[in-house]
Amino acid sequence: MTTMPDQSNHPKVGLFVTCLADMFRPSVAFATVKLLEAAGCQVEVPEKQTCCGQPAYNSGDRATTAEIARQTIEAFDGYEYVVGPSGSCIGMLHYYPDLFEQNDPWKIRALDLKARAFEITQFLTDIVNFDQIVAQYEGTITYHDSCSGLRQLGVKQQPRQLLSKVDNLTLNEMEEAETCCGFGGTFCVKYPDISNRMVSNKTQYISDSGADTLVGGDLGCLLNMAGKLKREGKSIQARHVVEILAGMTDTPAIGEAEYELAKAL
Amino acid sequence: MQIKSPQFKENARIALHNVELQEALGQFKHGFPVNRANAIKRLPEFDDLRDAGRDLKNHIIQNLDIYLEQFESKVIENGGHVHWCRTAEDANKTILDICKQVDAKTVTKGKSMVSEEINLNDYLEANGVQPVETDLGEYILQLRGDHPSHIIAPAIHLNVEDVSEAFHTHHKRPKTGDPQALMKEAREVLRKQFVSADVGITGANFLVAETGSTIIVTNEGNGDLTQTLPKTHIVITSIEKVVPTLEDMSLFLRLLARSATGQEFTVYNTLSSGPRRAEDQDGPENFHVVLVDNGRSEMVGTEFQEMLRCIRCSSCMNHCPVYGAVGGHSYGWVYPGPMGSVLTPKMIGIDKAAHLPNASTSCGKCEEVCPVRIPLPKMMRHWREKEFEKHLTPKAVRFGIAGWAYFAKRPALYRWLARSSAWFMQKMAGKKGRINKLPLAGGWTDWRDMPAPQGKTFMDQWQAKQKAGE
Repeated sequence: MTTMPDQSNHPKVGLFVTCLADMFRPSVAFATVKLLEAAGCQVEVPEKQTCCGQPAYNSGDRATTAEIARQTIEAFDGYEYVVGPSGSCIGMLHYYPDLFEQNDPWKIRALDLKARAFEITQFLTDIVNFDQIVAQYEGTITYHDSCSGLRQLGVKQQPRQLLSKVDNLTLNEMEEAETCCGFGGTFCVKYPDISNRMVSNKTQYISDSGADTLVGGDLGCLLNMAGKLKREGKSIQARHVVEILAGMTDTPAIGEAEYELAKAL
Repeated sequence: MQIKSPQFKENARIALHNVELQEALGQFKHGFPVNRANAIKRLPEFDDLRDAGRDLKNHIIQNLDIYLEQFESKVIENGGHVHWCRTAEDANKTILDICKQVDAKTVTKGKSMVSEEINLNDYLEANGVQPVETDLGEYILQLRGDHPSHIIAPAIHLNVEDVSEAFHTHHKRPKTGDPQALMKEAREVLRKQFVSADVGITGANFLVAETGSTIIVTNEGNGDLTQTLPKTHIVITSIEKVVPTLEDMSLFLRLLARSATGQEFTVYNTLSSGPRRAEDQDGPENFHVVLVDNGRSEMVGTEFQEMLRCIRCSSCMNHCPVYGAVGGHSYGWVYPGPMGSVLTPKMIGIDKAAHLPNASTSCGKCEEVCPVRIPLPKMMRHWREKEFEKHLTPKAVRFGIAGWAYFAKRPALYRWLARSSAWFMQKMAGKKGRINKLPLAGGWTDWRDMPAPQGKTFMDQWQAKQKAGE
């Protein structure tokens, strides 16, 4: 007699990779997979996924956004959960129902996707109650709350709760941790000097915190702040929260290269 | 006021280089937002009040005609007059006619953003009536030929030196840099104006339908003198300010003061209910309410309807990181910050105001602090959609989106694009892990480095691992 695998203990999760993790920092996606598997999930990476559609959505192109939304909804059909390492991209999935009229069958499917889609720290903490973090980090970090994750999805305590399980890690909160870093997708190239003022304020708060590492949950914001820290010649490192939680900090930090890592060691 | 919204980028660039303004803005963010946060800590039910405020405003907007007519009949019953003005021109003309009827030479004015919206001061002056602003900030701006850069702290962009200079030039008195002395000087000059004015014009924060009353809140008391001393009192206000009862009004007063300045209550809350009665000690002989529409009724039933809930507290701009970087004048018209970025396109046209709803990171802070929970980022996006539908979106953006969308709709091609971009950027970065200068991304690399991709894309690495059976 065969027994059915216990679905509830091994939920099938579709990884929403996100464009920036795919292109800039695959280690973030691998760290996400590692954490999901540690939490007992079966992880798959649907081939049909591309971008969440934010560039079109934020530029007012509703029709294109809806096309991308339909593609993403189809790509993640059949997964119990959809999890990604970004509050912003997962937040975009939560906007999908607004793109379809009330009687459109896609509306129901979009609502269904929304109910299954979670940012990684939120998923680990609120959905699967996972706290078996096995990692250590020798350093003092400060945490930037990215806007969409914070205000749209309510991600605030979850990453901090998980980070508190990391050995030797100290968290120094910066002033205005919840203030936008000035990335804003296309905003940073459409209004570069305003964006620069915002990120300059941010890097000031980051260095005032006394931390040696900036941690956050969204690569867009992290690329922006890391890029500014590097331009200012500051030695503060920047990492995505999943890299620390998964104990995958042997790769160079954002905007750094192998030889700098070697120098640091 | 001259529309400068199309030059938003240039305005912002100048503002970012204005050392004095940057200093003022730097201090500003430690003022109102901190006071608001402290005030809210002392009122645990604040969020419930916000829900109540939102729901009540929604009810009012659904029944705007009923409450406005009730308000009108009460004002008439009290011996006053109500003037319905569809456009800014109608409102200006109506006010000038009233001034002419009483042969007015000078009018004192309490602070009113609606009067800024319709450009009342210039209109009156051009027609031989001298307006005198009595709110200290507005008075300073009037002397300087300047305009408000904030809806409740109009002269926030100026420093003491600017005020000292303006007073010295216009009052012909010895120069002083002492704020207390400057305040005393303004009080002395304005006192004469209050007494000699023929007409007093004030705005209104709310209109109470059940009593036919208008209310203004100030921290200086200038509103009281403006409306009680002259023989004629004109209230200029807009249609969405009506509330059903005095009880409802007090709900909004609680939300307003805390959201605006972090006060529990504004210092002066002055109600006007018609001209003076026989038994009254003071008050005007004539009482007029000028109700301005100026595009508001057209917002009912559209995606912008919720904007009519706005009670003009300024909390959105006080907390906006973009406003905090560029100040109010950059927005180029009367209403700055997030609320302005939603209202201005309605009033001057999206073709002229397109930058405003675009110059936002959609961070959502404005919605988080709005006392009546207006989804401001969503509305800014609605304006971007209008802009896109009307083919007003800049060509470079349209082409960029179309090009990106071509790939994003084709997963295999998208993989190729990611792979090629990662490869290209890595070549650009060399051994450094970051790029100093990137073609087509000058907006980024002029100010910051571009971190380089790690290597092969995740999708390529994942597929290789799957094939290898890892």
